[in-house]
Amino acid sequence: MARFPAALAERAASLLVLLVAWEATARIAHSRLFPGVGTVLATLVDDALHGELLHDLGATLARVAVAFTLAMAAGTALGIAMARSRAIDTLLDSGVVLLLNLPALVIAVLLYIWLGLTEAAAIGAVTLSKLPAVVVTLREGARTLDRDLADMARSFHFGRWRTFRHVTLPQLSPYFLISSRTGLSLIWKIVLVVELLGRPDGIGYAIQVFFQLFDVRRLIAYALAFVAVVLAVEWGVLQPLERRLARWRR
Amino acid sequence: MASVTVGVSIDIAEKTYPGRAGVSAVTALRKLQAHIAPSEFCVITGPSGCGKTTLLNIVAGLDHDFTGTLSFAPPDGSAPRIGYVFQNPRLLPWRTVRENVQLVQPRHADRMELEGLLTDVGVADMAEAYPVQLSGGMARRTAIARAFAIAPDLLLMDEPFLSLDSAAADRLRSLLLRLVSKRPATVLFVTHDLTEAVALADRILVLSPAPGRVVAEMPIALPRDGRRSRDALTALRDELVRLAGHPIETQYNENSIFTAQ
Repeated sequence: MARFPAALAERAASLLVLLVAWEATARIAHSRLFPGVGTVLATLVDDALHGELLHDLGATLARVAVAFTLAMAAGTALGIAMARSRAIDTLLDSGVVLLLNLPALVIAVLLYIWLGLTEAAAIGAVTLSKLPAVVVTLREGARTLDRDLADMARSFHFGRWRTFRHVTLPQLSPYFLISSRTGLSLIWKIVLVVELLGRPDGIGYAIQVFFQLFDVRRLIAYALAFVAVVLAVEWGVLQPLERRLARWRR
Repeated sequence: MASVTVGVSIDIAEKTYPGRAGVSAVTALRKLQAHIAPSEFCVITGPSGCGKTTLLNIVAGLDHDFTGTLSFAPPDGSAPRIGYVFQNPRLLPWRTVRENVQLVQPRHADRMELEGLLTDVGVADMAEAYPVQLSGGMARRTAIARAFAIAPDLLLMDEPFLSLDSAAADRLRSLLLRLVSKRPATVLFVTHDLTEAVALADRILVLSPAPGRVVAEMPIALPRDGRRSRDALTALRDELVRLAGHPIETQYNENSIFTAQ
């Protein structure tokens, strides 16, 4: 914790280098298609206060949250079930491999065709794109569960819930965390594609509109807002969670 | 809390581990009969691989895959509360000492009693520590506290003091005896250390090499206070070796390291 301010200073320095490079390039290019830092930040603030930015950002984040929760919950359940039962594993393995290798774009297009341009199709597509990776990771984790601790829990009559909460889940938490990490970064990207294809709001939809208008200023402003949220989640949620889950280790 | 402790009747016709690819089936126990009286401190010993741990797992209800019967007396309908101290402490590494002990208790359990128990076993100072921070002795003390935390009718102990240095093992043995006298329970204690066996037991059962069955039995009438001296223990131990009729400690006895087998 004592190193925190120093780390923050380093972070700020590297960010500054980036901003200076950006601004310099913009001045040299001197084009409407390559706006400078000031223009973009002004647009960002203006659109946040008066435009649709917050609405679009909110819509996207809601989709991310729902798809992420669904994929993690279903993926964890399936992964554990497949690790426990050979029959279930055999039955579902081909499906998981297929889904793992099916491009997200194909899943999204198919679901839009089958379910119409609906919210359910959008969220379903994002969830299905993420699901197989969660299943594979959690299955790997559940295969390494400690039998001795399971026996201990059984002999002390922990019951299902206490065993899950105190014996199984902590052993799965590193796998859970890995899959949250890779999962979020995957979902961030897929959700924009899905919105671009068939939703009337969200960052992905906005990007498409700005593309058609060649409005690079707004395009970058929206992308920046989105990245800011991603970083906030990474630093504010995932990293503290990781530290908390690892506190019993030495 | 004055619990009536439980007696155990064991009658195992056969316990076989099925073979797998490349591994043939192993019969661990055959025709093993034993009756343990309520409040008895019964030590089970035998050569390594004779099925001692298998027997405890069966009594604990962890292993139902055997032929024969297992019954508890008095059979008042409710299953006996069984506290199990495993060969390795098997603490949850992600929970503190206190949480590890508290977790096995019913939700409405008395907090003061938990603190008393932690103090009694000598881990109260380490209650907020995680298991990785504990010494081997402390981890074992915690495992013992956990077993006592459910107010067990029956205590199963599987070589709980293995791999501790002898001073630490001695301290834990006296701790165990103090705990059992304060919180009575029937004890089924597995060890291959014959000195430990004669120091603790009311009665010792000796198992044969696999498939294990009871081949000798030695009640010890001498009160534990009279077993403090090295001579008394050696005499009892010699008697046990005579009774057993086959070597038990071969692999583990510290002397055997220096003598040709």
